[in-house]
Amino acid sequence: MLQTRRTRVLVPSGALGLNYDKPALARGIAARPDLIAIDGGSTDSGPAYLGRGVSKYARASTKIEWRGLMEARAEAGVPLVIGTSGTCGTDTAVDWMLDITAEIAAETGQRLKVAVLRSSQDPAAMAEAWQAGRIAPLPHAPPVDAEVFASCTNIVALAGAEQINTALATGADIVIAGRTTDTAIIAAMPLARGCHAGASWHGAKIGECGALCASNPQSGVILVDFDEAGFTVTPLADGAKASPHTVSAHMLYENSDPFILYEPGGHLDVTAAEYAAIDDTRVRVTGSEWVAEDRYTVKLEGARIAGYQTVLMALLRDPRYVENAARWAEDITAKCRAKTEERLGLAPDAFRIELRLIGQSASFGDLESRTGDPVEIGVLGIVTAPTEALSDEIGKLLNPYLLHHPLTAAEEQPTFAFPFSPAELSRGAGFEFCLNHVLTLDDPMDAFRLELVTVG
Amino acid sequence: MASLGQIAEKVRSKNAGPFWLTIDVFCGTPSAYAQVCQGLSTARVARSLGADPGHVKRFEIASLNVVKFSLPRPAVQGAPEDRDMHGASWAALLAELEINAGA
Repeated sequence: MLQTRRTRVLVPSGALGLNYDKPALARGIAARPDLIAIDGGSTDSGPAYLGRGVSKYARASTKIEWRGLMEARAEAGVPLVIGTSGTCGTDTAVDWMLDITAEIAAETGQRLKVAVLRSSQDPAAMAEAWQAGRIAPLPHAPPVDAEVFASCTNIVALAGAEQINTALATGADIVIAGRTTDTAIIAAMPLARGCHAGASWHGAKIGECGALCASNPQSGVILVDFDEAGFTVTPLADGAKASPHTVSAHMLYENSDPFILYEPGGHLDVTAAEYAAIDDTRVRVTGSEWVAEDRYTVKLEGARIAGYQTVLMALLRDPRYVENAARWAEDITAKCRAKTEERLGLAPDAFRIELRLIGQSASFGDLESRTGDPVEIGVLGIVTAPTEALSDEIGKLLNPYLLHHPLTAAEEQPTFAFPFSPAELSRGAGFEFCLNHVLTLDDPMDAFRLELVTVG
Repeated sequence: MASLGQIAEKVRSKNAGPFWLTIDVFCGTPSAYAQVCQGLSTARVARSLGADPGHVKRFEIASLNVVKFSLPRPAVQGAPEDRDMHGASWAALLAELEINAGA
């Protein structure tokens, strides 16, 4: 039986790019953590980041915040881990993060050993894995076939604790990981050091958004202490307090089931967890359970191009047009669709033209339950087509309608406000998430690649 | 009659991954919690969100005075027909539902 070594993980914030409280970080370093762990991404900002393999945060913000963490790491003399680098965790995003790290190392005169864990998957290999029956759908996964895998511009597998521990075991100063589960970067070290498995995953889930599990949630910095029976959460910013209520409520956050969390190799069950206040700032949690599964699976995320988009915006301020906006928009859509079919020779299902009425129904469409009397209506025109050239062409067909379309044939030609020129903005490729599946692995490292590099 | 938003402390909607939406109703007090548990049926929630009631998962968490609903996203996150990338506004549709005060 592995001797438990208590493990203290410092989490600076919910994501690199969201900033963190500097005095609180200094307090965390003074508390002598065993690891500094921060998440670099999420799917929450949409499929384009994965589709393109880029970060949503400014490079300048990422660099300034990462430099602060690299300096904190040097002071603490412990490993620094980032999971889901560059928002999406593709190999290109990992390279971006490695490039920033090398720049900072050179600028600050640090010479560092970096373990780089890559999570990108070859779409053709995933198509084969699908045909070989090694990929299974999760509940309400979109229907897929081999062609869907092959058409993805990026596919990543979500690494778990095993892969992070393989990276940490190299003795690296910094681990730059591609896509991981949000929790894996925090849970890995306590698991490797024999801490309670349920507590390791549960404490990681509570800690992965930084101080969101406490009052003063934007302050970021928290400590999570893991041991043989449970874990303790300590927010570090002035005025930030964790209570049994704030900590247990965090299991609700962006989680479809507040009691069960699936991870590579098993699932966490917190049904029997007990949350106790140690004082007015810290909370102790026990009773969380890890249920190991025989099969080792990792979740896959994939994005592919879902057509090209061109958007337009017009403003209705004339009260008669504001009042009749829905009828006006329906009429334009029908006429512009007919013209698109006639002049571009496109089949009806090959393109979309949608006018969303901001101020009336843009949030919910037909599901909107409220009506009002808006001062003005923003008309957001969204064209989706198989190529960028076609979406731009349709945008140009739509332009004159949005500018001049009358409610009745007899009236003088109206003109509506366009806020900018050109009125058509090409968005380029639009992306869609197309995988909600798991891949079965014989060995946890099978889908991942580890490389050791020296920077500075 | 009062709306759910008036009875509860807060109604929050978020993505739970690209394929699921989750809505947390923080009732604040045991009495508000009881009122929401009794007065807000899963079928009504499904209807207001345009969802299949069979797909809506309901969690009643008395220790937090929270009622939580999770459902497959009405449109997959980021798909051309998706109107709300972060699932931020769906809470408003629920918050505006009238809850029978005496129920």
